[in-house]
Amino acid sequence: MTRISLTVNGESHEAEVEPRTLLVYFLREQLGLKGTNVGCDTSSCGACTVLVDGESVKSCNQLAVQADGCEVTTIEGLAGGGGLHPVQQAFHEKHALQCGYCTPGFVMASVSLLTENPNPSEEEIRQALEGNLCRCTGYHNIVEAVQAAARAGA
Amino acid sequence: MIPAPFEYERAGSVDHAVELLAGDDAKLLAGGQSLIPVLRLRFARPATLVDVGRLDDLRYVREDGDRIAIGALTRHAELVRDPVLARHCAVIPHAAAHIGDPQVRHRGTIGGSVAHADPAGDLGTVLLTLDAELVARGPGGERTIPASEFFTGPFQTALASQEMLTEIRVPAVEAGTYLKLARRSADWATVGVAAARVDGRVQVGLTSMGMTPLRARGVEESLAGGASAADAAARTGEGTDPPGDVSASSEYRAHLAGVLVRRALEQL
Repeated sequence: MTRISLTVNGESHEAEVEPRTLLVYFLREQLGLKGTNVGCDTSSCGACTVLVDGESVKSCNQLAVQADGCEVTTIEGLAGGGGLHPVQQAFHEKHALQCGYCTPGFVMASVSLLTENPNPSEEEIRQALEGNLCRCTGYHNIVEAVQAAARAGA
Repeated sequence: MIPAPFEYERAGSVDHAVELLAGDDAKLLAGGQSLIPVLRLRFARPATLVDVGRLDDLRYVREDGDRIAIGALTRHAELVRDPVLARHCAVIPHAAAHIGDPQVRHRGTIGGSVAHADPAGDLGTVLLTLDAELVARGPGGERTIPASEFFTGPFQTALASQEMLTEIRVPAVEAGTYLKLARRSADWATVGVAAARVDGRVQVGLTSMGMTPLRARGVEESLAGGASAADAAARTGEGTDPPGDVSASSEYRAHLAGVLVRRALEQL
């Protein structure tokens, strides 16, 4: 076992983990944060996307020990006291989801994009979300939601 | 799938990493974007992982005389936005922007990528095309390996088991491009083509056209002799052995490579 300490959604955690523990299972099973979904399990679909030190990462393709000392944000950590995060609000308003399984990953990838590029073009949004799959064919509304969130200054 | 159990060690320096590699069946972990999928599929079951991902002093791009030095732990996303590379060696950010997806580019490193030596990897082809030099440190000190000697087979390199790649040196290029066709967004290259003009000479490399990255020597020779892009591109297949797999047949790859080489040359 290896001891790690990290910040998740603003809260400090210390934990003992087996080195082979993937970050997504650490978040879901040890911390009980089940908003981050496991989709393809092969780092293709992006459902498990979280932020590590502010940048999008596929948490099924990282070891928990690699996040030692880092700041992790999951979908649970986005909404503040004032309600939904602007990206979440935009996904809600633009109906950027159907079954919702891919949504936490898309929201986190979108937050990461808007941090790097606050005013992306439609083409840039589509490129930036290439690591996330939606099997309900929801891309059109997802792109609109990211545009709306950008306009709202997310 | 989760990886088979392993011991985990975190290196505090390159020398420390080299020391830790002396252990039985130890493997380096950088960003993990190639290695973790392999561990999860249990294609690899190292006894120990030596994590070098925190060696931030190996994350840099700097001008070094007439060459550009890139620290082995520089991440793909950093290559994409680096101003020195944009000015002097744009073929690297161009290729790096096509690796995986943003999540992968946030963690994956140039050193990890080329040391993994996937024949479908993009940066290996670029380094071979540029006649890059790869600097490795081992128990006996440092040595420089020319890219032409680095890739020895699929997923195999000239690195010894106790050596770590620390730096990559590339020349400034006058023009360069990387074209890649993949079946799906964020997929590996069905075929990739790097082309660059270095000291007035055009150099061309191929991804996924054999067991290692390859140079298109026939194309280069034709261009040096004054051939047109189309005539030179007709020699793309020389010396290649394109694999046939679920993404494409061998014949399709051979055809595609010729088309991409012609387009790349027209862009220079």
